[in-house]
Amino acid sequence: MSITVSQVNKNFGDFVALQDINLDIPTGQLTALLGPSGGGKSTLLRIIAGLENADSGSITISGREATHLPAQKRNVGFVFQHYAAFKHMTVAKNIAFGLEIRKLPKARIKEKVDSLLELVHLTQFAGRLPAQLSGGQRQRMALARALAIEPSVLLLDEPFGALDAKVRKELRDWLRRLHDEVHVTTLFVTHDQEEALEVADNIVVINQGRVEQVGTPDELYDQPANDFVLGFLGPVTEFQGRLVRPHDLEIFRIETPGSVAGRIVRSTRVGFEVRLEVQLQATPEAPPVNVVVTRGEARSLGLTVGGTVFLGLQPALV
Amino acid sequence: MADTSWSTGLTTGPTAGVTDAPARHGSPTDQQSTIRPGVTPPATASVPVKPSTRNRKAGGAGRNGGGHVVRILLRLLVIGYLFFLVVWPVSLVVLRTFAPVNDTGGFDAFLTRISDPAFGYAFGLTLTAALWAVGLNAVFGLGISLLLVRYSFPGRRLLSALVDLPMSVSPVVVGLALVLAYSSNQGWFGPLLESLDWQIIFSTPGIVLATTFVSLPLVIREIVPVLQEIGTEQELAARSLGAGAVQTFLRITLPAIKWALVYGVVLSLARALGEFGAVKIVSQGASFNGETATLLVANRYGNFDEASAYAAAFLLVLIAITALVVVTILRPSKEHRS
Amino acid sequence: MKPDTLTRPAAAGLGLALLWFSILVLIPLAAIVLSSTAGGWQQFIGTITDPQTFAALRLTILQALGAALVNVVLGTAIAWVLVRDRFPGKAVLEVIIDIPFALPTIVAGLVLLSLYGPESPLGINVVNTQQGIFLALLFVTLPFVVRTVQPVLLELDQDVEEAAASLGASRFTTFRRVMLPALMPAITAGASLAFARAISEFGALVLISGNTPFVTEVASLKILKFIESDNRAAAASVALVLLVVSLAVLIALDILQRKVARRG
Repeated sequence: MSITVSQVNKNFGDFVALQDINLDIPTGQLTALLGPSGGGKSTLLRIIAGLENADSGSITISGREATHLPAQKRNVGFVFQHYAAFKHMTVAKNIAFGLEIRKLPKARIKEKVDSLLELVHLTQFAGRLPAQLSGGQRQRMALARALAIEPSVLLLDEPFGALDAKVRKELRDWLRRLHDEVHVTTLFVTHDQEEALEVADNIVVINQGRVEQVGTPDELYDQPANDFVLGFLGPVTEFQGRLVRPHDLEIFRIETPGSVAGRIVRSTRVGFEVRLEVQLQATPEAPPVNVVVTRGEARSLGLTVGGTVFLGLQPALV
Repeated sequence: MADTSWSTGLTTGPTAGVTDAPARHGSPTDQQSTIRPGVTPPATASVPVKPSTRNRKAGGAGRNGGGHVVRILLRLLVIGYLFFLVVWPVSLVVLRTFAPVNDTGGFDAFLTRISDPAFGYAFGLTLTAALWAVGLNAVFGLGISLLLVRYSFPGRRLLSALVDLPMSVSPVVVGLALVLAYSSNQGWFGPLLESLDWQIIFSTPGIVLATTFVSLPLVIREIVPVLQEIGTEQELAARSLGAGAVQTFLRITLPAIKWALVYGVVLSLARALGEFGAVKIVSQGASFNGETATLLVANRYGNFDEASAYAAAFLLVLIAITALVVVTILRPSKEHRS
Repeated sequence: MKPDTLTRPAAAGLGLALLWFSILVLIPLAAIVLSSTAGGWQQFIGTITDPQTFAALRLTILQALGAALVNVVLGTAIAWVLVRDRFPGKAVLEVIIDIPFALPTIVAGLVLLSLYGPESPLGINVVNTQQGIFLALLFVTLPFVVRTVQPVLLELDQDVEEAAASLGASRFTTFRRVMLPALMPAITAGASLAFARAISEFGALVLISGNTPFVTEVASLKILKFIESDNRAAAASVALVLLVVSLAVLIALDILQRKVARRG
């Protein structure tokens, strides 16, 4: 296990940021700390990095007791949401910083920096200043800078949060592919569940200072431990007293055993999906149930607003 | 109980930098590095200071053990320096003012000194000159600020740079310059002024000129950045609704720069009240007995009447500190834009 | 928000403002330039290189440089404490730092004399010494570096320091390699302003310097002496030197600000 968090607690005055956190972060994998804002994930990350101190508990990194080690000595690479670029240094100098601190010979530094520049596709920007780069490029530089010191773990604090949607998606894919190449234990914080589901090998869901669930994206999505995880990781709708995923509901034009009747009150087509809101006959006061079908299904079943339909759960979930 | 909604968990909308721990990040702003002093006087007026919205709590105190000692040492160094350079000397002046001298002592002695008619005259003259200076600089300053920010014309950058000039000129040089230009004898405009029977140098108008010169940039440098920041949108909106130029100015522009104007006026006033060098040179004439408050201090000290010098100095210190306090109170209003 | 071209009333306003500015500032300053060279270039050089005058100019510049340097170090320290440290009464420091700005210069001289003059409780008397001059210059230039560095320090995000720490840099290395370069433009600006102010200083020096030729005579006091002995050309010459130096500082500052703004 690359990182072991044991009984960690952290308070900021009266505010309980983290409560009894126990985690094992697997070596060589890409793990996401996922949760709503204010939930404690960034705090945990910073404690692991040594940028904050826990009130109690311990941190072990690569087998070494790290709880009382200052950040300088932990050999972790940290990437910040707003890049934290050294503004007065060129891209190459930024990347070389950690190496120069470690007093590596000049030739070796140049070698490493060049290979890292190539890895992050910033070779032609080596002599530029960070201000001359786009947000996405700056973040790639920050990553290269963190990787330069060959850290035992790589920590990223909402690394794509400051970028716009398209760049975010691109960098997300790029991070995944980078990890596949470099294989360093990576832990990143995000509040975007799509990002976590797409990129991570493992997800730790943290809410209000507590770990809600740990598992692979599939596990979390299909077998959520509680309603919070269910609701946080994907769309939910209430059906027959429980929370289910809209696309887990089956929709028929004729009555089948176990299905309930309802009327389509709204139909929205979003690309390849059709999202329907169905008002159940049995509960006219309750909010409508959300159902998702494909465009093809909607067409072949002739689902239109006003039509009567019957809803049932997919057999596997009953 | 999650309500039925289409939100996929918490949204992936634009991050406004909301984070986990209280009071750390604000919204991502591009830092604008500036070299302009935050509070008062000198510096070239170009890049306005953008208050940062990203204030991480200063000093993870105790995060690094060794750093703690350095922190304490630094604190002691700074406090020590300021104490010996500023605090103690200033407090001594205050004490001296009320110290017993010979047979009279304390507050009574002080009152006796300042009831000397020369005091009244000196402070009156200082105040008159200062008010004229501030008035002229407020009016012309406002005009020049508007011209510099809202219009473009050849030489605009030059004018902007020249406006800062008075702040970097030695007071003696200011006085000399005015004497060379406007002295009745030997001055460039001497003959002209003589024929008009206008005595400028070695007379009150000279003092006004000198005081106006040295405090010239202060109002402008406060108003210009504000004008730049508020932009023309509101004024254009007013115009589109039918307001004339003067109306727009009085009802839209002026209120928007109100605090900057007040701030600049207070700074100018403090500067004008305290001018010494330039005023000394333009009032050297034998026939002119005009003495400003600052000249009073110098002259009395030179005549070994230290007590009076200290008394006058005390009053000036009082005025200076009052101005400082006012300015400190005003600053948040100035920087708060609706 | 593009500036407009001048409208008619604006042009009239500009004309009026220029007239006023000329009368008040440009013409008098031109008078200095012309008076100093009135007797020809040779005379100007002669005046400046006269041993006593030259000594005064040299003393002025050296003292100003020294005071500016001391206040660079201490000013940065003060700015640091103001921004990064926290202790009761810190707000008072802010006001104290501005006192040299607000105080009339002659009063500044008197203030310093009360602690470092003939009746000093410390028994120190700096009247008519170079130390006295240095002290006075320290006093009047105190706020400059502090006030230029402070806003930059405030905006310096702690992210960058943490990044350096995570990369293995000690606190000192972080300060030296990451923060100081970022602060350099502000420090330089403050130092330049302090220097320009110091060479111009007059009021604070009048009571302290004693004006002994070759020892404690500074440029501004020399100008006064020339005026009092009715040697306006010489006065103007020395004044011109001071003006040129101030101008050079202003221009250098402007160039520096432009360079920094580009760096972002």
